Amino acid sequence: MSAHVLPSLPYAFDALEPYIDARTMEIHHGKHHATYVAKLNEALDKAPELKGRELKTLLQQLGSVPEAIRGAVRNHGGGHANHSLFWGIMGKGKGGEPVGQLGAAIKQEIGGFAALREKFNAAATAQFGSGWAWLSLDQGGRLVIHALPNQDSPLSEGKTPILGLDVWEHAYYLKYQNRRPEYIEAWWSVVDWEAVEANYRAARG
Amino acid sequence: MSNDVFHDEPARAEAVPPESPLTRRDFLAVAGAGAALVGIGAPNLAFGATPFVLPPLPYALGALAPVISARTLGLHYGKHHKAYVDNLNKLVKGTPFADQTLEQIVRAAAGKPAAQAIFNNAAQAWNHAFFWHSLTPKGGGTPPAKLAQRLGEAFGSTEACVRELAAQAVGHFGSGWAWLVADAAGKLSVTHTANAELPLTAGLKPLLTIDVWEHAYYLDYQNRRADYVAALVGQRLNWAFASENLG
Ligand SMILES: [Fe+2]
Ligand SMILES: [Fe+2]
Repeated sequence: MSAHVLPSLPYAFDALEPYIDARTMEIHHGKHHATYVAKLNEALDKAPELKGRELKTLLQQLGSVPEAIRGAVRNHGGGHANHSLFWGIMGKGKGGEPVGQLGAAIKQEIGGFAALREKFNAAATAQFGSGWAWLSLDQGGRLVIHALPNQDSPLSEGKTPILGLDVWEHAYYLKYQNRRPEYIEAWWSVVDWEAVEANYRAARG
Repeated sequence: MSNDVFHDEPARAEAVPPESPLTRRDFLAVAGAGAALVGIGAPNLAFGATPFVLPPLPYALGALAPVISARTLGLHYGKHHKAYVDNLNKLVKGTPFADQTLEQIVRAAAGKPAAQAIFNNAAQAWNHAFFWHSLTPKGGGTPPAKLAQRLGEAFGSTEACVRELAAQAVGHFGSGWAWLVADAAGKLSVTHTANAELPLTAGLKPLLTIDVWEHAYYLDYQNRRADYVAALVGQRLNWAFASENLG
């Protein structure tokens, strides 16, 4: 595998309007995400022995990354993985509720979609400073709602993320400024549950 | 002119912009609290007791433009800073913290998981009050002679200090702050802290700070934090305030 590459956005910049504005999407993908990819590659240039290793493996085994670049892989590798997942679980005209296997698991393990939303909103609102709210599978394959600071990946604590919400201020400041709860509420209207379900099935193996 | 939050009432009364959320009653409360604390030394940000009030900005909302726009400053001061103060008042009500000064709360709550929310809001209330005074409309340039000499001793030159401060502000990952500080022996250095954390709790005396939370610059610079930091250190750093803090 050669250097890590910025994935193209799977829809137009304005596809998530009016919930997430086109200018935010353009800067978020073209500047923020692109910078994480560039800085990850820059760090990995210093450790040629890691060049073929998948990003997922790098983040799952951060302890085996040479100390000199561990922080950079955690931050920029995490940033690359997190944003890649984020673009994939949103889409135009989405929203609604989870169905199928994932819908059943949410009902059984979390108490239903309303409970999921409430707990996820609380995690996303309470994350102090830059970070993400996550719906992940733990090592036992059970759904967990949690938050992590900065670009820390759930992979680095043995979890597999299937849904994530970026609550760095850059994700919402142009449109929502200090009103993070409004951004969180609006975001549910663009969640692509089929994509989340696919992530769930893949994580379950 | 003193940059003490409480010592230059006439200048600040004039500088409080008409769109400021401060009421006259709030302003008098600040002035009254200040009068009781005169003598503690600049910068006197140890204001208290509750309810805490949003301290007045030492300049008009548009005074830092174009480095920081009036819109950014209006939101940053009137929404973000105000929310920290309001949240703190709600959180400490009916607790032993309610009788303490802001600085006492910061010190007492630091490192205590059960008091994390109180620490975050108290420290952010303190940090922002300190940040407004770290900036001035005609800033940058040459520090007062005594401070310049101390900067020279610690960094080689004022320019080298500014370069190092800017590098830490740009390099800090995620939300946080960059600081010029003095240690107990009086040696100057620069450092950076995450989220609400501040050098006070590490036994360091803050001299100047730069807010690098994205809300501090995103409307004006978006992802270009380096441009924000360069403009700020070059044109808005308040060396007189740093000098007073050094004592
Ligand atoms: Fe982001
Ligand atoms: Fe701030």
